[in-house]
Amino acid sequence: MGLFGSFFAKFSRNKATPEDIDEFRRVLIESDIGAEFTEEIIKLVEKERAEVLEEKVTEKILSSLSQHARLVELRPERVTTILVVGVNGTGKTTSVAKMARRFKDEGKKVLLAAADTFRAAAVEQLSTWGERIGTPVVVGKPNGDPASVAFDAATKATSEHFDILIIDTAGRLHTKSNLMEELAKVRRVVEKVTPIDEVLFVLDGTTGQNGITQAKSFMEAVALTGLIVTKLDGSTKGGIALATERTLQVPVKLIGTGEGESDLEIFEPSAYVANLLTQP
Amino acid sequence: MFESLSEKFSSAFATLRGKGRISESDIDSVAEEIRLALLDGDVALSVVDQFVARIKERSMQALPEIRKSTNQSQEIYSIVNAELVEILGGPARRIRFAKNPPTVIMLAGLQGSGKTTLAGKLALFLKEQGNTPLLVAADLQRPNAVTQLTLLAQSIGVPIHAPEPGNGSGNPVSVAKSGIELAKSKLFNVVIVDTAGRLGIDEELMQQASEIKGAVSPDEVLFVVDAMIGQDAVRTAKAFEEGVGFDAVVLTKLDGDAKGGAALSIAETTKKPILFASAGEKLTDFDYFYPDRMASRILGLGDIATLAEQAKKAIDGDTAKRLEEKFVAGEEFTLEDFLEQIQAMKKMGSMSKILGMLPGANSAAMRKQIDALDDDELIRTQAIVQSMTPTERKDPKILNGSRRSRIAKGSGRTVTEVNNLVDRFSAAQKMMKQMRNGNVPGLKTTGGMGLPPAMAAGMPSLGSAANKIPPKKKSRSGNPAKRAIEEGR
Repeated sequence: MGLFGSFFAKFSRNKATPEDIDEFRRVLIESDIGAEFTEEIIKLVEKERAEVLEEKVTEKILSSLSQHARLVELRPERVTTILVVGVNGTGKTTSVAKMARRFKDEGKKVLLAAADTFRAAAVEQLSTWGERIGTPVVVGKPNGDPASVAFDAATKATSEHFDILIIDTAGRLHTKSNLMEELAKVRRVVEKVTPIDEVLFVLDGTTGQNGITQAKSFMEAVALTGLIVTKLDGSTKGGIALATERTLQVPVKLIGTGEGESDLEIFEPSAYVANLLTQP
Repeated sequence: MFESLSEKFSSAFATLRGKGRISESDIDSVAEEIRLALLDGDVALSVVDQFVARIKERSMQALPEIRKSTNQSQEIYSIVNAELVEILGGPARRIRFAKNPPTVIMLAGLQGSGKTTLAGKLALFLKEQGNTPLLVAADLQRPNAVTQLTLLAQSIGVPIHAPEPGNGSGNPVSVAKSGIELAKSKLFNVVIVDTAGRLGIDEELMQQASEIKGAVSPDEVLFVVDAMIGQDAVRTAKAFEEGVGFDAVVLTKLDGDAKGGAALSIAETTKKPILFASAGEKLTDFDYFYPDRMASRILGLGDIATLAEQAKKAIDGDTAKRLEEKFVAGEEFTLEDFLEQIQAMKKMGSMSKILGMLPGANSAAMRKQIDALDDDELIRTQAIVQSMTPTERKDPKILNGSRRSRIAKGSGRTVTEVNNLVDRFSAAQKMMKQMRNGNVPGLKTTGGMGLPPAMAAGMPSLGSAANKIPPKKKSRSGNPAKRAIEEGR
């Protein structure tokens, strides 16, 4: 039974004992999918026959996911603009660089905008990445207005016919309403020049239930179209990705799986769920 | 932080409070509610189970005693509080300084947990206490981590040792070593070594961290953890403990609304104390971690101790004394005093942070108000007061229409805002009088520092929530977003 192995195998031999169920509950809780959804799944486990359990549980989880497209779609006729947002330290800048690298490899002309004017050296961080990948980076002054950097980049991207513009923004805690307003402003200003096609929220895969609250606040401020879940190469199972997607019905589009600049993959729901249900 | 957690605790206790006589099944059901609250707050399952079991055991044992008490739910509350303090690490611990300087502090942690920013905050904190810290940039992995630390060092005026540009090249172990040598020769008394972030399972980086540790034999290895981390916190902490080993934990990003369950989990599983708590984007937003205060915060009791301390830090002794004398002598509280208070409050940090420490600040309604607070309000208020003549400041009663419109023009605000401020000020003035007469319970202690009036008056939207100030008129905020909230109430 491959990945699912040990866990459901136990059930198919005998009826699940209360200990088995406790163990299963532990696996689910510890994956960060949330206590409420865990109990829903446990109910299913208690109800279903052992032989179909694996199938039913997988089905339940998959059907709770968003039905929206998981690919970042490119516009052939104009520049595709992607705004990248998130709280501090989730890996926004790195994700931006990885995305740029991916598009560059596909032969696209990519422009980056360093609209993180707050964190010390964030601009330099993105510029270094830009040099490495070979894409131009529009930068502003430290502590300058991020909206103006984004605006300049959007203008450059349209007039010089770039295929893709990726705007990196400063990390902000979702509880700071003034900073969330600043983000909404970046969006408004860019859209004076060109429409924003994707607003991707970068979620740290090791985040707990707070991830949902974060995503909700960003959803309200800038209407997210997708999630990037990072740091999935650690010991975490990243159940918060499922919990967030399930609650907001915004699809996980990309996942960060390593420190290399090409370690960014398209999210594959069935493989993710299989990993979630594996006993550590 | 901890908001929802404390909210859930409160509701669990509210049920309990309704009972005249607490039964064993009441304890069971409160324990179950606490269990769910903790799980929702990302506290690790194993920790939750142990914690709940202990509370149950202690409560059951004490039940005969509890039943004799007139306030039975309070007794259970105390048990939970005591257990929380216990889990959070007992009495607060301080940095252990080496007998022979320099004291070496090494920072380690996951990527994005906030190590580099923390290095800057810690350096500033130590510098303000009269130490001579040296920052060492040994994170040669993340692009521009070295530049980031260099800029931080410049902004706080702390020297930095950064011989390698980083970005993947250079040997962090030798950077750390030469940093210690430099500190010895130049007589710096503390060295803070920033290291590369890593993932719990990354053998190579884990190895590098333990090599750095071996090379510089730090007096404190601090494990830096993002307060928003989930169930993985325990696994990560354990992996670090085995792979590198650490002495204490530092929690970052506590200004978000994370329930902070990680704090409980890590402290409980590794038995390591939480040494520092970092909350806020300013480099001064940093302090020792106080388990008892945090426990009060989780239980929704507020954090008055920290508040009072910060007030003391912000208001210099002379000002406080003068205000107090005025207060006691029964002199009129003027707009000038008010201005002074505003300036002092600005020094204390953001308004939302200050208010977050008040008891009851974690209730949903209060939280919403606090989150909607606009810290620029203080600046605007200050501008209005500064546009008044000294005579006007002393005697706001003379403020007629034409004076008000002049002030509005001078401060770039509207006449409505000037009116609002004057109204709020007179409400505050009135409250000062009441306080002097001892009519406002609970506020007397801080009254000497003259804080509550400015606080209350500085924030129109908090008029009713912030305490007991009878709003004279229904004030409308000049900020559309805030007004919407006020009116939506």
